[in-house]
Formats: sequence, C-alpha cells, structure tokens
Amino acid sequence: MTDILEVKNINKYFRKPVLFHVLRDISFSVAKGEFVSIMGKSGCGKSTLLYILSTMDTDYEGELLFNGELLTGQSPKRLEKVRNADIGFVFQFHYLLPEFSVLDNVMLPARKLGIKSYDEIMEDALYKLELLDIKDQAFKKASRISGGQKQRVAIARALINDPKIIMGDEPTGNLDSKNSENVFKILRSLSDEKLLSLLVVTHDQDFARRTDRIIEMEDGKVVSQ
Amino acid sequence: MKSTKLLLDIMRTHLVSRLKQSSIAAMGVTFGIGTFVTLMSFMTGLNGLLDGLILNRTPHIHIYNEIEVSENQILDRDSNFADKFKIIRSIKPRTSQQRIHNALPLMDVLKRDSRVMGVTPQVGAKVFYIANSVEINGLVNGIDVYEESRLFNFNEYITEGTAYDLYKNKQGILLGAGIAKKFSLKPGDRIQISTAAGDIFSLKVTGIFQSGLAEIDNVQSYVNLGMAQQLLGTGRDYITDLNVKLYDLELSPQMAESIKQNYDVSTLDIERANAQFETGTSIRNMITYSVSITLLIVAGFGIYNILNMLIYEKMNDIAILKATGFSGTDVQKIFIGQAIIIGLVGGIIGLLLGYLFSVLISKTPFETDALPTVKTFPVNFEPAFYVIAIVFALVSTFLAGFLPSLKAKKIDPVEIIRKQ
Repeated sequence: MTDILEVKNINKYFRKPVLFHVLRDISFSVAKGEFVSIMGKSGCGKSTLLYILSTMDTDYEGELLFNGELLTGQSPKRLEKVRNADIGFVFQFHYLLPEFSVLDNVMLPARKLGIKSYDEIMEDALYKLELLDIKDQAFKKASRISGGQKQRVAIARALINDPKIIMGDEPTGNLDSKNSENVFKILRSLSDEKLLSLLVVTHDQDFARRTDRIIEMEDGKVVSQ
Repeated sequence: MKSTKLLLDIMRTHLVSRLKQSSIAAMGVTFGIGTFVTLMSFMTGLNGLLDGLILNRTPHIHIYNEIEVSENQILDRDSNFADKFKIIRSIKPRTSQQRIHNALPLMDVLKRDSRVMGVTPQVGAKVFYIANSVEINGLVNGIDVYEESRLFNFNEYITEGTAYDLYKNKQGILLGAGIAKKFSLKPGDRIQISTAAGDIFSLKVTGIFQSGLAEIDNVQSYVNLGMAQQLLGTGRDYITDLNVKLYDLELSPQMAESIKQNYDVSTLDIERANAQFETGTSIRNMITYSVSITLLIVAGFGIYNILNMLIYEKMNDIAILKATGFSGTDVQKIFIGQAIIIGLVGGIIGLLLGYLFSVLISKTPFETDALPTVKTFPVNFEPAFYVIAIVFALVSTFLAGFLPSLKAKKIDPVEIIRKQ
C-alpha cells in the first residue's frame, strides 16, 4: 500500500517569546486507508505537528509529502487548493460559521472548489448530512444546534469534497462520552467502509486504542509508532 | 464567476446577520452623501443666482462717450510755447454730443467679432414725468427690447406685463416701480412725459419693472429705441451707450482697452465695475466643499470602525475559511466587498435623500426685493454633483474597508485555532 502522507525529518522552532525547539526530527508516514492517532501530553507538539501536516503552517524544516507530491516550499495557492480539495478538517471547537445554515456550512468548501454546480453540491451536502444522521438539522442556523451535532456537521463539511485524508485536532475533546463515542464510530466507519485515511490528534486513551496505529510523542519527538 | 457568487453570498450573510450595525454604517454614508448633494445643490444654486445678478445683467463691456476735458489743449500744440511754463485757467469740457460717434458701424464691427455674444444699443434721455402739476425728474432708456432680453435677462426685472408687451407697442413705456407707485399707475394707463427740449409725449404703460434699487426704480423707465430717439428729436444713428456681452468674461478688460484705443470712446469692463463678486463666489464654494468632504470623511471613519470590529468578531470564521482552502485574497475581498456594499447602498439612499431635500428647498418660499421674479430658493440640480457624490462614497468606503480587510487577509489561521 502506498503512503498518503509522509514526513521526513521535520524540525520546528518557536521564535517567540524565546527560541524553542518544538519538533525534533519527526519522520513517519500514513498509509492509504489507515486510521492513525497521535498521542502525547499537552505541549508535546502534537497540535503543532498537525498544523504543519495540514499545510497551514509552512514555517518548518524538513519535507512533507502528500500523496507522493512534495508540498514543502509550494506556493500558497497550491497549498490552498490541497487544503480545499484533498484534506478535510475536524477541530476540537467546531468552527462552523455561526450565521450560516448547517447546509451552507457543509457546502462552503465545495462551492470554493467550484467543480460541481450549486444543485449538485447541495445534493452532495444533504447526502453527507444524512450519512451523519443530522439531515433534519440542515436548514437550521449553525449556532442553533448542540455541540455533538455541530461536530457531526463539521465532519460532514470535512467530507464534502471527498478528500484523500481527514485530519482531526481532538475532535472529541469537547464532547461528552456519548457524543464522543458517536463521533468515534463515525470516523471508524469512514475508515472501514470508505477506506478513508484518518490522522487524529487526541488525548483520549480509549479513542486511540481503537485506531489502527498510535504515534506517541514526547517533548517534540516521536517515541513510538 | 462561481467563486464571485460564493463570496457575495458570504458578504450578504455577514451583512444581513448584523443588519443593525450594517445599517448604521450605511446611514453614516447616507447622511454624508445626502448632505453633500443638498449642500452643493443649494449653495451653487445660490451662487448662480448671486453671480447671475451681476453677470447676467451687467454688460461685460460698457461703451459710452464721457464728457471730459480735452487732455490736449490748443496751447500745448503750439510749438512756440513748447518750452514755456503754461497756466490755463477755467478749462471747460469741450462741446460734444453725448452720442457715440458712428455707433451703428461700430456695432456692426463688434457683432462680427467672434468673441462677442451680442451688442445692444441704448439711448438715454433725461425727462420729467408729469401728473397734473407735479413734475418728477426721470431718465428714459431706449432699448432694443429683444436683444436686451436675450443678453441681459431683462425679463427678470419685470413684475407686471412682459418684455414683449413693450416690444410690440412702439408708444409704450416700461415704468420703474417707484414712479408707478407715486403716480398710482398700472399697465394700460397713460403717462405724460416732458423732454428737456420741452416737448410733451403721452406714452402707454405696458409694464412695471423692479430692479431692487430704489434709486433706479424711482427714476428710470424703458422705451423702445426708436421712441427714445423720437423723444430727443434725433435720427436712427443716435446711440448713447453700447452694451457688449462676450462669450468669455475673462477677455473683457483686454477688449475694453482695445475698443477704447481704436474707436475713441470710453469703456468700462465688468471686472473693473464688480471686482468683489468673484472673491465671494470662490470663498462660498470653498466652504461648501470643505464642509461636505468633512462629512464624508466622518462617515468613512464610521465604516472603518465597524469593519474593524466585525473582523475581530469574525476571527474564527476567517480561520476556518482559510483552513478549508479560501485564500487570503478571498477573505480580503469578502470584507472590502462588504465595505463597498455599505458605501453603495448608503450612497444611493443618500443621493435620493439629497435629491429629496433639494426639491424641498427649491419649493421653499424665498422672496426678496432685489429679485422680483424669484419666488423660491434657487437650487442647482446639477447631475455632476450626484456623480461626484457616489464616486466619493465608493472611494471612501473602499479606503475605509481596505485597512481592516488587509488585516483579515494576513490573519494566520494557526494562531487563531491554537488560542482556543
């Protein structure tokens, strides 16, 4: 199986307030269809790593390969395109646009991509919402639904452009155990049934144990994978 | 195309979801633009009226024959006395007629000049107005009614009757309001006039004019040119004054001087006659512009403030848009677009408001003795003001939106997400 994501010797420094070596020589890869979790204590650099992997942070040393393509040093335009089309994000805080309807939120990345027509995108979005069992909330404002529902909407949004990988930054960190379980099951089934690659940063031991592989980090280094 | 529609949708949602703030920002623009349009229309209307008082009614060059002492006395011409010290006592003005020599050929020459819009001849005659045994000093001006109306807005003085009434009635007279009041005359009555030579004429009152200056209204009246010549018992070539109107006012001093040199007449140009009026006009314009522009700048700061606040509130939105693949430029467009929409909507309503106020002012009664035909405030409905206003609204809101939008463009999504 080929790798969807590969990092080689990533080093990252925070320059403010004092020079600080956050990530030290990080190298690993994620295979297509693999469900990988990154674990570690607070401040070990796992979120920082995720931002680099997500192409949002470009201030690092080393190489990032995505689906065989070297993304390090690419133009912001290319990176925006990759984020839009090939990567889906789910954050700890749901980050929906509160004034837009649930449906609009899900449709937004696809409309930005601009390949399908408005009606096709809407159909797609409704299908994804159905998949996550919140189609009945589609026309509500995003600020009017519960936390668990928001996270499912965020997952639907991450799925809208049929990305190659989904990245999550503590996607269950802000949810109660019932909703956490729910979200985990959804992610698990995406991996099992749709053969989607997933890379999730988490604190939750229980969550991590049930993924395919755990990458453990400590003080900016990968200690086991 | 699709992406523009998407950005517009996002702008619309932002604006509509905070309708109150958006409308307050737009109201700032509306107020600024409305005031600008109203102020400009009103002030330039007023300026036009005041300028018109002078510019339209005063000849640009007045040609006449001044009674004066000859500068060149006979004694000066005698070479025997060239090096002598001469004293001449009791110099009298030389005997000459008041008329302009060769006035009709001079008129033809001037009319053919491409710089001249028109020339009107006048004949001034000193008379007495007579009612029973009362005699009042007066001055009757013979005019070419048609040309006088065309070039010097003669009609605007006339409060009763029309210029045409005078034109068609060769025995008619247009009386000054003061005389008409003293003799209690109205159009259709007759008035007796005695000339300096003692001849008595009976003329029909065809109308009454009011210049606003009591000195003139109490003394002066107008008749047809031929009638004035008849009063004086002179021929058709007897003309005492020529009034010239030019296309370009600025040329008047220079042309007045050359006419004076070439034709041996006295001339008076408008700039010498009314030096103060231009200063007043330019200062009024300056005040109008500075007040209006200040208002628009204040509105611009309002928009700047509101957008700045909006961007702080929307940090998370900006981060998520960027995380899902929107570029910094997209985000910038979203915020600048909102500023421009506020400017456009506020501006258009402002134009309507300005127009409404202008109409309201133009219907407000305004009566003054100086302008008998003006009944309401003058307003200048110049389309250029509306164009300037909307352009200014768009430019100022664009500038007000630019800095905040630049900040939004530069926001690093990682920093926002990390802070949570």
